[in-house]
Amino acid sequence: MKFFKNIFFVLLVIPIVFSVNAFASKTDLTVGLQLEPPHLDPTGAAAGAIDQVLYSNVFEGLTRFASDGSIIPGLAKSWDVSSDGTTYTFHLHKGVKYHDGSDMDANDVKFSLDRARAEDTTNAQKALFAGITDVNVIDSHKVQVVLDKPNGNFLFNLAWGDAVIVSEDSIENIKQNPVGTGAFVFDNWVQGDRIELKKNNSYWGVPAKLEKATFKFISDPSAAFAAMMAEDVDVFKSFPAPENLVQFEADSRFKVLIGSNEGETILSTNNKMEPFNNLKVRKALAHAIDRKAIIDGAMFGYGTPIGTHFAPHHPAYVDLTSQSQYDPELSKKLLSEAGFPDGFTTTLKLPPPAYARKGGEIIASQLRDVGINVEISNLEWAQWLEEVFRGKDYGLTIVSHTEPFDIGIYARPEYYFQYDSKEFQKVIEDLTAETNPVQRTSLMKNAQKIIADDYVNGYLFQRAQLSVVNSKVIGMWKNSPTQATDLTAVYWEN
Amino acid sequence: MLEYFFRRVVTLFFTLVFASIIIFVSLEIIPGDPASYMLGINAQEDTVIALKKELGLDKPKFERYLIWVKGMLIGDFGVSYTYRSPVIEMVGERLWVSLPLAIYALLLSTIIALPVGIFAAASRGKILDFSIMGFTQIGIAIPNFWFAMLLVYLFAIILRWFSAGGFAGWEDGIILGLKSLTLPAIALALPQASILARVMRSSLIDILSEDFMKTARAKGLSFKKALIRHGIRNALIPVLTIIGLQFSFLMAGAIIIENVFFLPGLGRLIFQSIAQRDIIVVESVIMLLVFSVVLVTFIVDIAYVIVDPRLRSSIL
Repeated sequence: MKFFKNIFFVLLVIPIVFSVNAFASKTDLTVGLQLEPPHLDPTGAAAGAIDQVLYSNVFEGLTRFASDGSIIPGLAKSWDVSSDGTTYTFHLHKGVKYHDGSDMDANDVKFSLDRARAEDTTNAQKALFAGITDVNVIDSHKVQVVLDKPNGNFLFNLAWGDAVIVSEDSIENIKQNPVGTGAFVFDNWVQGDRIELKKNNSYWGVPAKLEKATFKFISDPSAAFAAMMAEDVDVFKSFPAPENLVQFEADSRFKVLIGSNEGETILSTNNKMEPFNNLKVRKALAHAIDRKAIIDGAMFGYGTPIGTHFAPHHPAYVDLTSQSQYDPELSKKLLSEAGFPDGFTTTLKLPPPAYARKGGEIIASQLRDVGINVEISNLEWAQWLEEVFRGKDYGLTIVSHTEPFDIGIYARPEYYFQYDSKEFQKVIEDLTAETNPVQRTSLMKNAQKIIADDYVNGYLFQRAQLSVVNSKVIGMWKNSPTQATDLTAVYWEN
Repeated sequence: MLEYFFRRVVTLFFTLVFASIIIFVSLEIIPGDPASYMLGINAQEDTVIALKKELGLDKPKFERYLIWVKGMLIGDFGVSYTYRSPVIEMVGERLWVSLPLAIYALLLSTIIALPVGIFAAASRGKILDFSIMGFTQIGIAIPNFWFAMLLVYLFAIILRWFSAGGFAGWEDGIILGLKSLTLPAIALALPQASILARVMRSSLIDILSEDFMKTARAKGLSFKKALIRHGIRNALIPVLTIIGLQFSFLMAGAIIIENVFFLPGLGRLIFQSIAQRDIIVVESVIMLLVFSVVLVTFIVDIAYVIVDPRLRSSIL
């Protein structure tokens, strides 16, 4: 038996030997993310995870988002717009080099924009480039973009991760080995585990303060909690378990950043389907919903009620929540007026995120109170995309629309909520063509009102951007105007 | 003999063809496609079609089946739709986590279970036996992911001896790699060890009442000596069978533990690929698993015949 005794002893000793930890160096940072990028080409997929790792760290566009959502110069140091608003001339920064050592110049801009708007492009946001008719290289650092008509969103569109400037020489392997111009160089990807970036020592702009950044992919919420608590990760972006935030707030090792993001969470409604093609029914739906109960129950209180499809932190936001206040009696009255005194039965198809699954249960019970019987079915994302999004085979669903400034989707009658309003389409058309800021604001307000008056969808809440950060880490973005983890200005406090 | 071998090869071949058809068809039936998944909810329809074309998903189903099978015949298991890397490389990388984890867990469970089972059998009916049986009952009843969370809480959050998860890789030394697999291996090993200990105990108890044990004692061997020299050896046979079964379970069944410890193992690759409708990865990985099982069975069948002459005469 001595043999076994020895083994037990060894088993006891192993953890003690392993426990000798190296001292953490203060120039590297580990960021936890829930989702792993499918590949590393921001111009070839919608996956937010790609931008979460690469946006502004590795890849840069002509313009870019600042942390407050404003548009600032990126690779273009300035631009001139022709008086008719259709020609933009961009002046590029000089001395910008790709991570492979080659120069970034006007030809790369032409290549990138032409590639994104090509007939057979696989760019998930092709619509951003729809108005471009020509991209002309004037000289090595000057490039001219011609539009078919003025576009007030154009500089905003160019700031998206889908519009970053890539090089023709390295495009072939971009999905595995992304070569950009940013302050960090892609170093290594252990699929299923982590992506490592290192500092770009020949960066054209203000160099990064960190020497090394590691993104670790942790999908399970309780594992995310453990990783943060054990200080395996220094930052967790979009922390997936809001119920645990109180514990982090109470712990001096951490700080919790609560900011805004672009996720309008809505009860999407099939506007072409009986009985939702009736405005009164949609209005009844809106009044049957108690937003506060949903935010408290599904999001542990994190979220801002919205009354239309627009981000509350946007300067042009109009608070229209009073138009769809919780009033079950009114809701029942509207249902009887619409010819459904005893209510009706419909489907509620829920994608995987917690806001949808938890929110869906609460909404179903609220709707039951006014007589609407809801059959819940839980779908995977791929199923949801096939059945609900492309197949339009649904009554109700809950989704967070995370693209910034995406009210324009209501002008697409073939879009999955199938809302077809000539009036609204005209407003969006005018808004796109308008470049005067005052006029634009008024058009945006108008657009918000139209979809609120038509009760196109049930407008629930704007999601909060929740991040848990080691309290010694400085410079993390609180808000998330686009899905990005900009580390260019992040550093450790001494 | 040759004819038998030939018959087995034909069976092997048809099993694989049949498996490939079932795998392909069942994955074609489930709704959803990788192109829509990747392009999200702002994409235009023409972009989805362009991506499908780029991925070769626009071809007719039968043609895609033939391309897949033809590829496998020359050792090409295709390229992942989402990751865009060869499936075989991805599987290879994941095996560097899954295989050591399975072996580690199996070693742990065996090292713990055998002595525990022997002690229990040797002190049958006494307090030690009852308490061991009680503990193993708990070990089987506790879900391993919950036990894993307790381990993380104690060793990663409170004591800070281990990381809460992740895999350090083998490049920086075997110790670091083993360290990151230690908690997951313990979590996997606990229920396995409990089962194994119970099997060891009951098997040994059966042996103890055999005539040859009585003879051994009658010859004058002490209980301890008889146990070690004759008992344990004979009792190990059913235990080895269970260990064999456990290994295949640990290879594919570690998916929940891989999630809790965010390890880049084979289980998580399959799970992720199903969610993303990266069908080619799912198809090829399952096909590889089927192939390895079928191949092992084949080898065992042939080995039986070679080893046991009685079987040889019966098939000829």
